[in-house]
Order: sequence, then C-alpha cells, then structure tokens
Amino acid sequence: MPTPAPLIEMRGITKSFGAVKANEAVDLSVAPGEILGLLGENGAGKTTLMNVLFGAYAPDAGEILIQGQPVRITSSADALAAGIGMVHQHFHLAPRLTVLENLLIGIPGKSGRIDRAGGLARLAEIGRQHGLTLDPDLPVSTLSVGEQQRLEIVKALFRGAKLLILDEPTAVLAPSEVDGLFSALRSMAAQGLGIIFISHKLNEVRALTHRCTVLRHGRVAGRVDDPANTTSAAMAQLMCGHEIVPPARGPSTPGEAVLTLDAISTSTHSGTALRDVSLAVRSGEILGIAGVSGNGQRALAEVISGVRAPDAGRMTIAGQTVSRFSPREVQALGLGRIPEDRMTTGLVTNLPLADSMVLPRIGTAAFSSKGLLKPDAIRTFAEEQIKAYDIRCPGPMTRAGALSGGNLQKALLARELAFDPKVLIVSQPTRGLDIGAARFIHEKFLDMRAKGCGIIVIGEDLEELLVLCDRIAVMYEGRIAGTLDSADATIARLGLLMTGAEGHG
Amino acid sequence: MFRLEVRNSTPTWFNLALPLVAIAATLVLCSGLIALAGAGVLESYGVMFTASLGDSYAITETLVRAAPMIFTGLAVAVAFRAKFWNIGAEGQLLAGAVASCFVGAIPMPGALAMLLMAIVGAAAGAAVALVPATLRVKFKVDDVVSSLLLNSVIYYALMALIEGPWKDSFSGYPISPPIEDSANFPVLVEGTRLHLGVIVALIAAPLIWFLIARTTLGFRIRVTGENPEAARYGGIPVERVLLSTALMSGALAGLAGVGEVGGVHFQVMSDISPGYGYSGIVVAMLARLNPLGVVPAAIFLAAVMTGAEAMSRATGVPAFLSDVIQGTALLAMLVALLFTAYRIRRVGAAR
Ligand SMILES: Nc1ncnc2c1ncn2[C@@H]1O[C@H](COP(=O)(O)OP(=O)(O)OP(=O)(O)O)[C@@H](O)[C@H]1O
Ligand SMILES: [Mg+2]
Repeated sequence: MPTPAPLIEMRGITKSFGAVKANEAVDLSVAPGEILGLLGENGAGKTTLMNVLFGAYAPDAGEILIQGQPVRITSSADALAAGIGMVHQHFHLAPRLTVLENLLIGIPGKSGRIDRAGGLARLAEIGRQHGLTLDPDLPVSTLSVGEQQRLEIVKALFRGAKLLILDEPTAVLAPSEVDGLFSALRSMAAQGLGIIFISHKLNEVRALTHRCTVLRHGRVAGRVDDPANTTSAAMAQLMCGHEIVPPARGPSTPGEAVLTLDAISTSTHSGTALRDVSLAVRSGEILGIAGVSGNGQRALAEVISGVRAPDAGRMTIAGQTVSRFSPREVQALGLGRIPEDRMTTGLVTNLPLADSMVLPRIGTAAFSSKGLLKPDAIRTFAEEQIKAYDIRCPGPMTRAGALSGGNLQKALLARELAFDPKVLIVSQPTRGLDIGAARFIHEKFLDMRAKGCGIIVIGEDLEELLVLCDRIAVMYEGRIAGTLDSADATIARLGLLMTGAEGHG
Repeated sequence: MFRLEVRNSTPTWFNLALPLVAIAATLVLCSGLIALAGAGVLESYGVMFTASLGDSYAITETLVRAAPMIFTGLAVAVAFRAKFWNIGAEGQLLAGAVASCFVGAIPMPGALAMLLMAIVGAAAGAAVALVPATLRVKFKVDDVVSSLLLNSVIYYALMALIEGPWKDSFSGYPISPPIEDSANFPVLVEGTRLHLGVIVALIAAPLIWFLIARTTLGFRIRVTGENPEAARYGGIPVERVLLSTALMSGALAGLAGVGEVGGVHFQVMSDISPGYGYSGIVVAMLARLNPLGVVPAAIFLAAVMTGAEAMSRATGVPAFLSDVIQGTALLAMLVALLFTAYRIRRVGAAR
C-alpha cells in the first residue's frame, strides 16, 4: 500500500515507573488507512506506550506529532480532541445508562440540550458503514462483552477519532466475534482511519495488520513490514529474543478415571445451565472442553470447582463421591482449580501476593493451626513458589495487583500445583499471556500429565486445545455435543459440533 | 499543571507520616477559625494542650474520654476491614449502655455484676449490629443507610425508656436509676476518674490487632473485604464472615457504652454519648483501620475535646471548635489517603 504522511508519529518516547523503564526511546508511526500491530511480551510496555499517546501518562521524554504537527497531549480529553480514541481492555462505560446515553456523555448538545435525534442518526450511520450495529435504547448492563466493546469503538468514532487504539480487544471475545471485529476494523481502515492493534495472538496479527512494531523490554526490538507473509515463529523470535518451540505432547498412558460427572444438571438462574452432562477424565490425560462461550462452560467450571451445587447428578473425585460441593471439599479430595478470571476470582489485588497464594488453603495445617496463622510458613511457601516458577516480583509482600498477567497466572498455577492435585481444572489458561508465558504454562500441564494428573482445560482457542489435549469434548447449549480424540479432531469437525450439529467422535 | 498518577507501592514511612500530616494540616486550617473568633492561635492551642495533656490529672481525664472512642474506633476499624460499612457504632454504644445499666441495677456481688454488664452490653451492641449485616447479606440492603438509620431508632428507644418506665418519679428528670454502687468500676488512681474500663480499652486494641493480623478469622475478614469473589472461590464463607465481623464490631461498640455506664455516669441519660460512635469513624480513619493506631487516634480526639472546653473557657472561642477539628481531621485524612494511592506529578515541563 502507498505510504502517505503519517497520521500519528511518536518519537523517542521514554517513560519510567521508578526503576522500571517501561518505554525507552520508542519510535512509532501510523499512516492513514493503516492497521499497525503492536507486539511484545507481557510487560514489554505496549499499554504504557498507548497510555502516553492517549494522554493518561506524561512521557519523561519524546514527542508526539499529529499530521506532522507536534502536539501536547496531557489528558484523554486532549487526545479525543486530537482525534485519538482508545478502547481499553477494561471498558469505561456507565452500566445503567443506555447505549445512546453513553455515546452522548461529554458531547455538548445544541444550546445545552442533548441532541438525541442527531445522536441516533450518527449511530445508525456508523452501524451501516462498518457493520457495528447496536440497539440505542438498551442499558449497557444488558450488553454482552462483545457488544460493550463495539460500543467503545462506536464511541470513539462518534467523537471523530482518526486513530483508534485497541488494547488486546480479542482477549475478551469469542472466536466467532473476532471475525466481526476484524471486518469492522478493515472497513474503518478503508475509510482512512489509522488503527493500532495490540494482541498476543500472532495468527490474528498476521491476518489483520499491515505492519507491526515489536517492543521488547520497553525498546523497539524490530518492525515487521509484511506480517501476512511472516511466520509466527519469526515474530515470536523478535518478541522474546529467542526461538519458541511449541511443546511436544508425547503419547499418554491414561489410567483410572480421577474425575467423573454423571448426568449433572443445574438450574438456569445464572447463564446457561448444564443439562445431563456426563464425562470422565482419567489420570495422565488432558481433556479439552471446547465450545462457543456461553454454552454452559461457566456452570461446568463452577460445579467442578465446588462453587455451585448441581440440581441433579453425581460427581466423583479420585473415586470419592462429592457430597457438599464446597471449594474446601473438592480441594480436600484432590482437585486443583485455576479460575477463568485471575484478577477478580483468583487473586486479591490489594493484599500481598503471599495472601493470594495461600488463600484457598488458609484453614489447613500447612498455614494455620487452631485458628492462628503461621506467618513464617506462609511467607516461606510464597518465597519457594516465586523461585520455583520464576514469578517476577519484588517479593511475597508485593501487592498482587502489581504483577503482570503472565506472572499472576504463574502464581495461581503454583498455588494449586504445590499440593499435587489428582485432577486440575483450568479455564482459559493462557488468555492475555504472551507466547513465552503460554508456552511455560503448557509445559507445566504436560509435566503434570506425565505425573498422572488428570487435567480439564476449558478454552475457546481451538488451536491451543488441539496442541494440548488428548481428547476434546464440545459443549453446546449446556450439553456435551460430542467428544473427539485429538488425533481425529480437526478445527472443522470441532466447529461443526460447536454449532450444534449432531455427531459422535 | 499538576496531575494525579497511580502509584504501585507506598513506602512505610509514608503510611506512618500520613495521619501526622493530616493532623498538622487540620490544626493549621482551624487556626484561621480561632483567629476569626478573636483569640490568639498559639495561646489557644497552648491552653488546649495544657488542659488535655499538661499534667497527670489532665492526662487521666483525656484517657477517660478516649476509652469509648478506642472501643468505637476498633468497632469501625474491624467492620471497615471487611467492608461492612458500620456507621451504627453510636446506636450500638447506646444499646450497650442501656443493657449494662439494667444489669448493673440488679444487686449482686460487684465482680459478677461488672462481668455480666460487659457480657450483656457487648451482646446488645452485637445484636444491633447484626440487623444491618443480616439485611445486607440476606436482602442486599445498603448497610451504610440501615446502620445509620438504626442509630435514631435506638436513640429514641432510649429516650422512650428514660422518659417512660425509667423516669425518676421523684425528681422528674429523664434519667435511669443508678446502677448499684458495688457495680461501679474500680478507680485505678485515687482522686481521678481513671477506671477499669480504660485499661480494658487499652488492652483491647492489641488483642484486636492480633485477631486481624494473626488469626485465620482475621485473614478471612481482610480477604472478604478486599475481594469477596476471590474469597468465595477460595472457600471462605463470605456471608458468615460478614456476620461474624458485625457481631464483633457491635460488641466492641457496645463495650464503649458499658464503660460509660460502669465507669463514668453510673446511669443512662439522653446525652450519655456526645457522638462517640461517630467519632469512632474519624478515629478508625485516622488510624488507617489499624487497631494499634486506634489508641493514639482516640487519644488525639479526646485531647481535642477536653482541650476545646478549656480553651473556650479561657479565650471565649466556642467549644464547637472541637467538632470542627474532628470534621476537618476526617476530611484531611481522606485527602491524605488519596496520596497513598496516587502521586502528584507535574506535567507540562516535560520538554
Ligand atoms: N502504573 C505503573 N506503575 C509502575 N509500573 C508500571 C505501571 N504500569 C506499568 N508498569 C510496568 O511497566 C512495564 C510495562 O507495562 P505494560 O503494562 O505497558 O506492559 P504490556 O506490554 O502492556 O504488557 P501486557 O502484555 O501484559 O499487557 C511493566 O514492567 C509493568 O510492571
Ligand atoms: Mg497491556
């Protein structure tokens, strides 16, 4: 494509947090109509750089030029006025207001009155142009995550953004929603919008972007001029500085069933209910649970994790029937659990990391006796795990929220694996993690499998499941639609099951 | 231009210095009011200091006043740790006072009477605190509102009692009958009002600290307060923890009332608490919800209260200044707390 004058240029941006240099002399430019991929390991400084561009942080050095003119952006209001829109990973919406009201927040209407008709017209127009349709009168709290993201994008367009920044937009989307997002982004680029797209999924980056800038330890490690014709391996090498080999899954020698579900059903009060779900995981085996999100995966994870009791059916762990479905009971029977949402369900971000690492087992003899904590044991445990899993942090007393996503995931893994679970259930184990970190997690799963642990991986990334799992069960509308041996499984066959087409492995 | 930026860690000295800075700021801000009232600022603060901490008798008086605020400060600190927003320490204190007054009026051996007063008073406070906690756990009723409103309910119930069945038929005063002399808390230093309850309050603070910092219940309270979802996933019975916290918080506030009845007033009247329950919130915030910090924070507020009365007599500045100082201290502390989470950065001069 032709390269007109850059829409946005960042020159020599440096930003430190105390001793951490999050960005160092970073140059980056986006042309009109260009989709730029911004890549880098966890903690490489991608979000920080975008926050500088969006005016959330003041850079220590460097300048920003818009269409060749130096500008000073010191707040998000400045950024919006300069035509820069950002969709953060955590959305900034007012949940009780409707779609239209959210769009009109902060937009001065005519003579102090809200211009509802004008807003509706713009919304309809944006919807038509890019396929970003939204019902203007729905309250935001009723929207799905994908729809909320769409609203964030529309909000940026509404304010006349010429550059749109998307920070890991696909991490929260189901694979089917990703296609819709991509076609909207392509249509916006075709109209001359510049787009910065952050993702850890290299196949997405290759499919969507025109050019990439790769960060490593806060500096520009390299650029990719033709992502579509660059291998993921080459990009990964740029990001990490060394090669990433996918883990090799040897043949498994499954033993006894360590977890069985027999005709489990739940009631419908939150999300899709389970209907008559039966499955078994054997020791030394990794079972994948695939499916479009919202087909009962959450209920399944909650039942197995002991957070929710089923209305009917029987579950056993290591041969013992689960009777109370409490987290303590399933843990005591030998179940390890890694929740889907690290930040809200897994950890307590405002307390020391050590507290989060012992949280589920605080009542056991390892960490307390007769109601009194054993502070030394807690500290030692955390220190040992930090070492064993190479969790990057200043120490066990660091606030958990200060850790990066990959390190948080390692911490959660460490807290479960330290107790040699017989069964492990994990949801979306590598969401938001860079390839190196994902690779580490996969290796740990394979180690556990070799040691005879039975593992259930609930995930939406079919490629990941195919690499990792021995068998893959597909959920559809709260049932198991079918189970395939991964030797026979292909993305196409899994996809068919995921749409509810009848069939057996 | 200046801007707030999120910080990731706060140095320890900073946490310790914060309340001191808030207090200093408060005194500076309030000196304007003193000057407006036409008195010398240094002179007035001087009078306040001498009257509250200047000699050993003054110190005992300040401690006597600090005791109920240590209890209510602990009550609020414990509750707020679990994010149970107990604004009802005032009502729980009154309930504890009334209940212990009932018990104290029954003739029995002194030691037994005091023990029973404490138990029944704590139980009454706990029962009152259980109401907003249960409403929240069972029906998601906002605990700030329910615990606050309950204060008025308890206050008017107390009024009904002292204007009705308890009313002194001889003098006609709206006061309860006095407790038995044998139930009066022993005075520790001859010639002062330093009673047993003050010592109990001073001992309670480290005990509560230990409970929060070193026991599994304390761990559960902290985790539940910071992230109930992670707590529940981790197997902590969040509702039970909230209810236990409420019981403990209410019991502590109830003990504040017990101390006032057994050690200071020996009966119940309508102004038995000059808002000690609300002051408890200021105390807990100044202490940054640390039970050990509650003691100096309560002593500071008590000194302000005692000192303000003396200053008012000596210089003519209205004693209401004490309320202003309390309010300003709370605001100053809330502003200061902002700086544990954010730092100020200059922007603009970057290039
Ligand atoms: N507010 C902050 N205070 C202190 N350090 C920070 C802050 N924000 C980021 N950092 C640090 O700066 C570095 C870059 O972080 P940043 O969030 O930009 O990484 P990232 O590339 O977006 O990573 P990820 O892929 O995990 O989102 C990290 O080492 C991080 O710990
Ligand atoms: Mg990021």
